Amino acid sequence: MRHLLSIADLDVADANMLLDTADELKKTLLGRQVRKLPTLRGRTVVTVFYENSTRTRVSFEIAGKWMSGDVINVSIGGSSVGKGESLRDTALTLASAGADCVIVRHPASGAAHRLASWLDQTGVAVVNAGDGTHEHPTQALLDAQTLRERLGELAGRRVAIVGDVLHSRVARSNVRLLTLLGAEVVLVAPPTLLPTGVGSWPVEVRHDLDSVLGGVDAVMMLRVQAERMHGGFFPSAREYAVHYGLNKRRLDLLPEHAPVLHPGPMLRGMEISSAAADSERSQVTEQVRNGVHLRMAVLYHLLAGEEAE
Amino acid sequence: MAPRSARAGATSSQERELLVGADVARTIARMAHQLIEKTALDASDAPRVVLLGIPTRGAPLARRLAAKITEFTGVTIPTGTVDVTLYRDDLRRRPNRPLEPTSLPDGGLDDALVVLVDDVLFSGRTVRAALDALRDHGRPSAVQLAVLIDRGHRELPIRADYVGKNVPTARREEVLVRLAELDGADAVLLRRSESDVAAEDHTPEDAG
Repeated sequence: MRHLLSIADLDVADANMLLDTADELKKTLLGRQVRKLPTLRGRTVVTVFYENSTRTRVSFEIAGKWMSGDVINVSIGGSSVGKGESLRDTALTLASAGADCVIVRHPASGAAHRLASWLDQTGVAVVNAGDGTHEHPTQALLDAQTLRERLGELAGRRVAIVGDVLHSRVARSNVRLLTLLGAEVVLVAPPTLLPTGVGSWPVEVRHDLDSVLGGVDAVMMLRVQAERMHGGFFPSAREYAVHYGLNKRRLDLLPEHAPVLHPGPMLRGMEISSAAADSERSQVTEQVRNGVHLRMAVLYHLLAGEEAE
Repeated sequence: MAPRSARAGATSSQERELLVGADVARTIARMAHQLIEKTALDASDAPRVVLLGIPTRGAPLARRLAAKITEFTGVTIPTGTVDVTLYRDDLRRRPNRPLEPTSLPDGGLDDALVVLVDDVLFSGRTVRAALDALRDHGRPSAVQLAVLIDRGHRELPIRADYVGKNVPTARREEVLVRLAELDGADAVLLRRSESDVAAEDHTPEDAG
């Protein structure tokens, strides 16, 4: 693995290796007072986030630090990007300054791929931490890790992904990864929040959430991405909540073993009610915890391998 | 003319058997006796001894040593495994590898006499990584090392307390340990590189 840009770049063996490594790291660090491994000593990881983030940026930072890497966060507001520097020049600056890995979040789909193509010759690894509405591979991997913990093997399991699929990079990465691992995916969304071409995806598409919930092994709620919406995709927040929000009544429709996931940040009362978000089925905090171990696994496999690679 | 028995096939000329089946079991039994004697683990004021295998093959070796110790003394010795991958100093020079499980016995390692168990002692770097890993898992009262094969070529000042067999080797030779739990049968093989074998094929003795 040279970069991690898209789930499409992974085969089943790669995906399982990352998930297994994350599981081992979690077990290794469980209950330890000093959660520090020497694995990435002397390696420098830079996070460059052109969009806001709490979970992803912090978990990459903690992952790097727990493996003794040097982690630097470039805040776009305080960097030369504010002076008009291009993504390419920022990337080359980071490479020249000695970064071994750049973790990038960008509002433009494809930005991480462009960055990787510029940095390919420099030996710097690139991790896509979310590019526009395209992909968010580490989120999908940590979701799969969380599901595996609750359900065991994912092959043959049926997972509902509910909400704003149109604007969701998390949904795209999850559809790819879950189907790669042999799970069935059913997308549940209003027709206005489904992308064109969804018919060619390897998924079932439904619009009625109530009729789906009884037959799934897990449900993944998506955030309604108001910041990406330019126009009326649904009449009102209240109507969205009535049709697609996960509330206590809908929680009770789920089979007993089925967990509820949400990538955060949650809009309580709209896509998920507090009763559902704080219920025992909710894996939201476990997802964040797993995010650190999963990102440690990604950094390990990108940075600890053969130098000649 | 029938081929000479020592050259019955390409495999036998490249791999020499150092220990087979019963030899491995006997060697482990001898190491168990040495361990009992040196640690006095069957005495009334015995220390708490823990055997920690270094994956992959150190793990079943540790379990076998513990079983032998129980057989000889009636004392049950806790065992575990400690994966050292994340502590290696050569991670960047090697291909990626999956992590192996780490499992510590109940009661942890604090104040225990920990015996690290591995199949082959070579440069000593694996053992150094294991010592670093141990430091993160607890504070043993002492650490000892047991290896089935010591093949020399140390790069660090590390020696084993218990050695099944010392095997002088060339640096480019390989020592392969096979254990029934993982490989179907017990054996220790010395594998020579293809070029060494080819060179030997042209020696006068061989020609005669």
